[in-house]
Amino acid sequence: MSDDLSKPFTKSSMSEEEIMKINKERKIQVTSFAFMIFLTILAFIAVATETIEVGFAIPFILLLAVVQFFLQMYYFMHLKDKDHGWPNAFIISGVVLSTPALIALILLLGVTKY
Amino acid sequence: MAGSVDLSKGLPSHPEKSTLEGKNKFLGFWIFLGGETIMFATFFGTFLGLREGTAGGPSAEELFSMPLVFIMTMLLLTSSLTSVLAMFSMKKNNFKNMLVLMIVTVLLGLGFLGFEIYEFVEYVHHGLGYTTSAFASSFYTLVGLHGAHVLFGLCWITTLIIRYSRSGITLTNAPKFYVASLYWHFIDVVWVFIFTVVYLMGIGGA
Amino acid sequence: MATATATKDKSVLWDWLTTVDHKKLAVLYLIAGTLFFVKAGMMALFMRIQLMSAENDFLTGQTFNELITMHGTIMLFLAATPLIFAFMNFVIPLQIGARDVAFPFVNALGFWIFFFGGLLLSVSWFFGGGPDAGWTAYVPLSSGEYADLGLDFYVLGLQVSGIGTLVSAINFIVTIINMRAPGMTMMRMPLFCWTGLVVSILIVFAFTPLAAGLALLMLDRIFGGQFFIPDMGGNAVLWQHIFWIFGHPEVYILVLPAFGIISEVIPAFSRKRLFGYTAMVFATLVIAFLGFMVWVHHMFTVGLGPITNSVFAIATMGIAVPTGIKIFNWLFTMWGGKITFNTAMLCASSFVPTFVLGGVTGVMLAMVPVDYLYHDTYFVVAHFHYIIIGGIVLGLLAGTYYWYPKMFGHKLNEKLGILMFWLFYIGFHMTFFIQHILGLIGMPRRVYTYLEGQGMETMNLVSSIGSFVMGAAILVLVINVVYSAFNSERITVNDPWDARTLEWSTPTPIPEYNFAQTPQVRSLDPWFYEKVHGDGTMKPAEPMTDIHMPNGSILPFVIGLGLFTWGFGMVMMNMENTIVPPFLVIGTGVILTFGSMLIRSIKEDHGYHIPLEQVKKIEKEVS
Repeated sequence: MSDDLSKPFTKSSMSEEEIMKINKERKIQVTSFAFMIFLTILAFIAVATETIEVGFAIPFILLLAVVQFFLQMYYFMHLKDKDHGWPNAFIISGVVLSTPALIALILLLGVTKY
Repeated sequence: MAGSVDLSKGLPSHPEKSTLEGKNKFLGFWIFLGGETIMFATFFGTFLGLREGTAGGPSAEELFSMPLVFIMTMLLLTSSLTSVLAMFSMKKNNFKNMLVLMIVTVLLGLGFLGFEIYEFVEYVHHGLGYTTSAFASSFYTLVGLHGAHVLFGLCWITTLIIRYSRSGITLTNAPKFYVASLYWHFIDVVWVFIFTVVYLMGIGGA
Repeated sequence: MATATATKDKSVLWDWLTTVDHKKLAVLYLIAGTLFFVKAGMMALFMRIQLMSAENDFLTGQTFNELITMHGTIMLFLAATPLIFAFMNFVIPLQIGARDVAFPFVNALGFWIFFFGGLLLSVSWFFGGGPDAGWTAYVPLSSGEYADLGLDFYVLGLQVSGIGTLVSAINFIVTIINMRAPGMTMMRMPLFCWTGLVVSILIVFAFTPLAAGLALLMLDRIFGGQFFIPDMGGNAVLWQHIFWIFGHPEVYILVLPAFGIISEVIPAFSRKRLFGYTAMVFATLVIAFLGFMVWVHHMFTVGLGPITNSVFAIATMGIAVPTGIKIFNWLFTMWGGKITFNTAMLCASSFVPTFVLGGVTGVMLAMVPVDYLYHDTYFVVAHFHYIIIGGIVLGLLAGTYYWYPKMFGHKLNEKLGILMFWLFYIGFHMTFFIQHILGLIGMPRRVYTYLEGQGMETMNLVSSIGSFVMGAAILVLVINVVYSAFNSERITVNDPWDARTLEWSTPTPIPEYNFAQTPQVRSLDPWFYEKVHGDGTMKPAEPMTDIHMPNGSILPFVIGLGLFTWGFGMVMMNMENTIVPPFLVIGTGVILTFGSMLIRSIKEDHGYHIPLEQVKKIEKEVS
């Protein structure tokens, strides 16, 4: 059995159907990449053009970053696929527990009192 | 164990998860990434808490240049795509293709790292040393930590490429490549927040 | 195919240095944790001698500061954590019916990194004294301006041992999620496994911020970072936040496994199943979540503002609810049971009221207005010692007496055990109950002496005497271990306590592969179920075949050594007149660490198989 672990394969066990599926998914990935590039450019433009006021631009680019986060995690890192329940749980926990920590470190430094 | 999958038909469609070893690595690495999330959050919080504290030294607005950050972002985002495509090649047992895409990933990462080093040297010339101010320290720590992650990722993927350059895709190395590519995506996710929070918000002067 | 390596070919020392067997690593954790526990306990005794009378000069203020710091740091990071890991390592794979943990190599790695981190912290005594800024190491007290080399050892020692704890935690989580025997669903897992899973998750999310905080302090001290210096734009409160974002979950990291042990021992000796199993699991999860949302209650007097303080005060009081659920479930488990009061059960049942006392003072401390009164007094010291000793140490003692026969093949002497328990219990309450009152009349914590005529002499004396009684109890435990090793009867049965969970279905001593055939689990408390509804043996879930085992490796030890060298080199950067340049030492450490990782990465190691005939032979021997 151990021998099998270091042995290369001559072919893939995928059926035609699976190959079609995987190719389709690949297309989705490339599309989402294009979308991420678009979002990035949008974020840079939002800051570069002086006409957009800061009070709007900053929340806007933060929102774009969050969208990109989801695209990376759920598409590129396959969190949307099945068998990813536990990984999802850990990443979501990480984000949920990060939130109060982040807020505290930004706001609750004793400079302004809340 | 490998015994649970029928290997006579060829490479399983999810080679990274077809052994118990692979499943364990896959889950263990995701847990690690969950922990990394909150560690980076701490460094982000530190940076955001201290970014006003320039102590008379240069501030973000004076230093950061948008074109450089844009190029770096594009390099890293593209490298993320190539490593995704490499994983598709892996699943289809197309070893050569995977190797080439991984090499491209490494090269793009190297380019990114080169620009980052150039950037840091540039800032030091402009009077932003590590000890200049709290802003400087927290900036270099956050971005430098990300850079260290990139460096580690590069060494890791390079090791895998060299070690397995002739072996084909096996049930042992598939999880290794898969996990390394997860790590690479995670670095990219962190960078998305760095360019938004550190650079764009710094330039925008929020 | 990898060549089979039999354990018998190796020398004893080499076997223990290279072992990846979870049962042996548990013993290593137990020994290391006990040594650190005794060391930190001695420090406590020294401090109590100093405080025995007013204006005593047994210790200087500096030494006293070093002792409080090291006592706290060692007890939390290097004594309680490894002792808990010892039981988790030994029991969890057995309770879920697994042959080993998910990553045996990483398990060994975690131990050795933890051990060398502890060593790095401890060698500070030989380089000008231990850290002296309290276990919380608040800046600016811990900054380069006020603190000496000891703090560098603190920062790097904890950083290194924290990495070890983190990788072990990841290993436990994967083990519990992926390695359960067939039929062992999540809701059939023993509660110790549940708490083990939850604390491991807590470690993953709490030790990473600590790593970040320690990195900041290290950069501040060694590389001239400006994070905490207000003049340079820094902020001292930042450290307090990061420390307590880690520090509060740390309390639950330590106490939840103790809850787990209690939840195993009480049903076993009440001869009843655990009352409200589902509620217990739910309460554990709620405690874990809330544990992350309350850290600011350590910082009420910083002055963050009324809304902040109120929010965190309410969240803190909220934790009392799930904890209360647990307390009542333990009481109802004992209610109407056929209770055997042996040492394990005495520790476990007395845990309940003691822990309630600690919990009640906790809720008192959560009330912001009065917290201004209690803050930094002995009231706080009394409170957290009720949690840590009355909760964690009693839990660990119960676990020791309960699992000792399975770990070492013989029981601990009951008479000496009961003597130990009463000495410990009386000594503990004598030491710490009175400290509540000392705190209320205004004795501040972390002071090395106090004046005469303030009404503190008698109470301090009582407290000191109590601490010696507690010390005597630990001495009795040590005597018991030695005495029992020579005089106790060997255990030949699987199940000396007539207990309920899967670890008692294995033969004693346990063969290195744990289960010759992976068991089929049919119920909660599977072993008890088979005893009552089946024929008293576990049903196998697979035919008997060759058993796959991992190979031992020296690399975990080398990586630990490498990190130790690396950390020591970093400390050397702050030393004057080093004989070798620090960069050389750092370089050696880096090469050792990453070199070993590289070897591990490029050398494929698929382990070996124990052939079927040998398995059959071993099975015949043990049964």
